[in-house]
Amino acid sequence: MKSGGSLSIWFFIGISLAFNGAVICAAGIYELMYPPVNQVVLYNLHANVWWGAVLLVLGLFFSLRFSPARERARMAGNS
Amino acid sequence: MNPALLLFSSSTLVHLSPVDLVIIIFYFALVLAIGLYLKEQANTGEDFFMAGREMTAWVAGLAFLSANLGSLELMGWAGNSYKYGILAAHWYWIGAIPSMLFLALIMMPFYYVCKTHSVPGYLKLRFGQDSQALSSISFALMTVLMSGINMYAMAVVMKVVLGWDINFSILVSSVTVAIYVALGGLRSAIFNEVLQFFLIWAGALLIPILGLIEAGGWDGMKAKILQNLTEQHAANPGAYTHLWSTLGNFGDNPMGINWAGIVFGLGAVIAMGYWTTDFLVVQRVLSAKDLRSAELAPIIGAAFKMLVPFIVILPGLLGLALLRDPHTGSLLHLVPADLAWSKEGQAQGLHGYDEVLPLMLARYCGPGLLGLGITALIAGFMSGMAGNVSAFTTVWTYDIYGALINKNATDEGKVRMGRWVTVIGVGISIGTAYLVMHAQSIMDYVQALFSFFIAPLFGTVILGMLWKRATKAGGFWGLLAGTLSSVGMYAWGKLDPSSVRYLALSDKAQDQAQNMFRALWCWLICVIVTVVVSLMTKPKSDEELKDLVYGLTPIPKQAHVSWIQSPIFWGIVVAIVFLILQVIFW
Repeated sequence: MKSGGSLSIWFFIGISLAFNGAVICAAGIYELMYPPVNQVVLYNLHANVWWGAVLLVLGLFFSLRFSPARERARMAGNS
Repeated sequence: MNPALLLFSSSTLVHLSPVDLVIIIFYFALVLAIGLYLKEQANTGEDFFMAGREMTAWVAGLAFLSANLGSLELMGWAGNSYKYGILAAHWYWIGAIPSMLFLALIMMPFYYVCKTHSVPGYLKLRFGQDSQALSSISFALMTVLMSGINMYAMAVVMKVVLGWDINFSILVSSVTVAIYVALGGLRSAIFNEVLQFFLIWAGALLIPILGLIEAGGWDGMKAKILQNLTEQHAANPGAYTHLWSTLGNFGDNPMGINWAGIVFGLGAVIAMGYWTTDFLVVQRVLSAKDLRSAELAPIIGAAFKMLVPFIVILPGLLGLALLRDPHTGSLLHLVPADLAWSKEGQAQGLHGYDEVLPLMLARYCGPGLLGLGITALIAGFMSGMAGNVSAFTTVWTYDIYGALINKNATDEGKVRMGRWVTVIGVGISIGTAYLVMHAQSIMDYVQALFSFFIAPLFGTVILGMLWKRATKAGGFWGLLAGTLSSVGMYAWGKLDPSSVRYLALSDKAQDQAQNMFRALWCWLICVIVTVVVSLMTKPKSDEELKDLVYGLTPIPKQAHVSWIQSPIFWGIVVAIVFLILQVIFW
């Protein structure tokens, strides 16, 4: 999306997903190493590890695909 | 100790870890950063109020959907699916998809070609200033009320779920919304709506996935629901998991409604009214960069809307199948919010229907995931507020201030007014939030507001677009009669509860069924009054109606696009998938 500047909305979404994914994945790995006393239902599936990883990969894809440098290059190519 | 016991042993549903707080604080920092970044791109009226009319179909479509996907909606409909079963999915399918396609393929060309800034702006062009004034004032009233309701609902949820102080939640959320909308205008609101869309899916998608694993798949869930049915519905076991087969009679389903109420009340009036004339959602589509994008945007929104029941309706059904009292091991019975949030209810540890989503979140989500889920709810509430405030700001500036108070306002003056009105609108919303604290049922007011203003407005707009004989007087008196009759029927229902047998055709009709029929009647009254008055008054000439009415509006030729880029093709695809879903869940 053209935002009038060099930052696309998809870049912001990528940053958000990547940050949240990294934090969730890290929290899940910590739980793997130090299992909590009070575990959620289906803890054995370690959802925070793989779901955090999915969000991180998706976020990195959006962040890189719509990075400011790429957007500037694209806009320069269009003009 | 069983973790579920911990959840229920304190006064709040969940306890956040430092990791969860990091995720929530990051969200607030990000939305404020977006607002600051976009300030430089909101200098003209077109920029501030219409996001420069340069959004792609994807962004406009996701914002169009997200403006409706607030947390009040998510938690409310998850609660309704616990209460009414899969019937609640009608509000996402027949209550949305046909009307979104109708907006895209039939109505959008009129909105787009006449270059209006708002729905009341269209009414001014079609029916004159009286209709514009009536609809803009009623819309402005509705949006600030809705914004306040969103704010209060968020504060209550944060209190019940997290134990946060209500005043703190209202202050933090309102100041954040005021800053980012006042700085970046509609563009900022749209950015945050699209961000919220992704956060909601990221935060909520795990619940149905893990829930289905625990329940043993769809069939396992259905079997568990059958075991848990109350006596009332044990005689009709399909009522919770079938969309249409129990709608033959009012008494055969938990909602107390029949197929006519769903098809005509919901699908033909409430949904058509909301998705095609509520400026809150239509404004997002009007920001599209060209007509093809404006037509594709609601179709993209419709495609994703069909998927939303997976993260809203399914968790409610899974709650019905899986949630148990951790102390006794017996089925956990959720109750109406009024009862759950009363002092007696809190003392007994009762939970409201609307708490089913946070309960399921707490059931499966550990540190980090819980923070993301709560952030998704906060983002939903805040974008709901921001959507209402940005729509209010536009209607106030163009249709009240610019049309009635200062007709010579400059573009720069309108932007300045828009920024101030954003702050004032948030201030009024805060007042409304404290006002609705004394209301018995929040959703009752929400539904009442919709039936007061949206259903009759749809009657006026659709006749204006499709019937060139509709006159200025017909439009105004039809809209006024529809609105007043809806208020009157609501008051009658409150004063005399037995009137439900007339208003909703059955004394078994529950709240939602009553809303559907009230909307249907007031729409019919609006249409009949508009037609009768129009036939008695002088119509405008064809020349005056150019670009406003079907048959008199030349639709711009679009650059040649292949069939796969055509809005009609994707509209047909969405319609076919919609029909398949009805058959699968019949």
